Amino acid sequence: MKLLVAVKRVIDFNVKPRVKMDGSGVDLMNVKMSMNPFDEIAVEEAIRLKEKGVATEIVAVSIGPAKAQETLRTALAMGADRAILVQTDEEVEPLAVAKILAKIAEEEQPGLFILGKQAIDDDNNATGQMLAALLGWPQGTFASKVEPASDNVTVTREVDGGLETVRLKLPAVVTTDLRLNEPRYASLPNIMKAKSKPLATKSPADYGVDVARRLETVKVAEPPKRQGGIKVGSVDELVERLHGMGISK
Amino acid sequence: MSVLVLVEHDGKSVKDATLAAVTAASKLGDVNALVVGNNADAVAQAAARIAGVSKVYVANSPALEHQLAEAVAPVAAKLMESHDAFVAPSTTTGKNIAPRVAALLDVMQITDILSVEGPDTFTRPIYAGNAIAMVKSKDAKKVITVRTTAFEKAAADGGSASVEQLDVPQETGGSEFVSLEASESERPELTSAKVIVSGGRAFGSSEQFHALLDPLADKLGAAVGASRAAVDAGYAPNDYQVGQTGKIVAPQVYVAIGISGAIQHLAGMKDSKTIVAINKDEEAPIFQVADIGLVGDLFKIVPELTEKL
Repeated sequence: MKLLVAVKRVIDFNVKPRVKMDGSGVDLMNVKMSMNPFDEIAVEEAIRLKEKGVATEIVAVSIGPAKAQETLRTALAMGADRAILVQTDEEVEPLAVAKILAKIAEEEQPGLFILGKQAIDDDNNATGQMLAALLGWPQGTFASKVEPASDNVTVTREVDGGLETVRLKLPAVVTTDLRLNEPRYASLPNIMKAKSKPLATKSPADYGVDVARRLETVKVAEPPKRQGGIKVGSVDELVERLHGMGISK
Repeated sequence: MSVLVLVEHDGKSVKDATLAAVTAASKLGDVNALVVGNNADAVAQAAARIAGVSKVYVANSPALEHQLAEAVAPVAAKLMESHDAFVAPSTTTGKNIAPRVAALLDVMQITDILSVEGPDTFTRPIYAGNAIAMVKSKDAKKVITVRTTAFEKAAADGGSASVEQLDVPQETGGSEFVSLEASESERPELTSAKVIVSGGRAFGSSEQFHALLDPLADKLGAAVGASRAAVDAGYAPNDYQVGQTGKIVAPQVYVAIGISGAIQHLAGMKDSKTIVAINKDEEAPIFQVADIGLVGDLFKIVPELTEKL
């Protein structure tokens, strides 16, 4: 079975984002960029499925600027076999991303399409579900366990209040949650090898998808700041304050 | 504008998250509610009593029993022919279903809104809440998920909406429910608790995490939460996790113990009314947002606190 994984180039999760002075967005100039952490988990899961002999080929896809090539090279160094960059300088919304990915899925005919559950920049948590809807495929979102069989995949999902297990007919879409796995680091030899793996460059127009935004950003602002309060010196003082707020039995 | 709210329920009762979604929806226009499930008539009756709801649509089918997105989304999309906006709470159920509805309608979802600024303008957190974007939707129909801690709850009683049964297909869309392993807990749910005690990696082990936090939580009638670091270290299950990648909470009192206050954790709890922090590191960032701080060793402080409360 062929696997497709989608990866997004985003601000590194260790970097504190700063809102631009003019309120037009978040400043990404000279900021460290990395693969979206949930997408790393998606790539890792695909590689593990290949190592188990379930998957035969892994194709990594990214939609973004020319520099998203670096993100795809990371996926290739981790163990993906080839990559497709759909290059655009537009900020593409989940709906348009899902439309492009759906076209690629129609071409590539994967058994599973694995994506991160959300990107840590726009925090939408929508692309996987939209992709599944457009393809008419079932979806296993927020996965903490993925067990494919011959014509189905069993997915354990992290839901409010517990773990839900569903069985999906293949082909299907899976989105990853944090505990699915711990992504590996690419070794130096694999980073070297990744440089010669195939990477095709396309454009949204190649797939006939209009990437014009449906949501216009009016402005971006800092969140209201919370003021630090007081420090108490002892447990007794803390207890007194908590009693004062009426929260103890 | 007519708005359709997806009712969050467990087959028996309406969840509080629904009430916040109703408040957000009522800022847009007339509110109708959609209950999907199997034998969900009691839930539909309860939804009909929510103040501000005009009409309840109920879709009963074995295929809808577990509210899987593949079966629910077409039902909601069909009903959207007669509505202008679809509103769901940002719960795992809402987050699973709403984008699927949006794609069926060819609409870009407006995710996790914090406020309604106008009929097509909303604010929403991006970058884990480190920035707030005001966005204007150009789509004719809106699909919206609601950050439930950002809106007051509508009154659960006082309404008298009519209830209409929907004809629904028996298709499951290729997805089949296998099992639900519910976290067993006598304690309140994290997202609706008035008081939360939350622990970090400083507890050192799963045993110490529970031995120290559980009695304190019991004393306060509180829910127990955890930082991502504590979850990653295996001290607590993932559904305890508070933060950008876990649950977003806003209780009356949030007690953060042995939690340094990473950006990703603050994103999940900074809207709490009062934050109490206990940490041995005086410089920990958590103190910058805490209303009441106590510097010291949690292994001494927590038992003493539990005893004296």
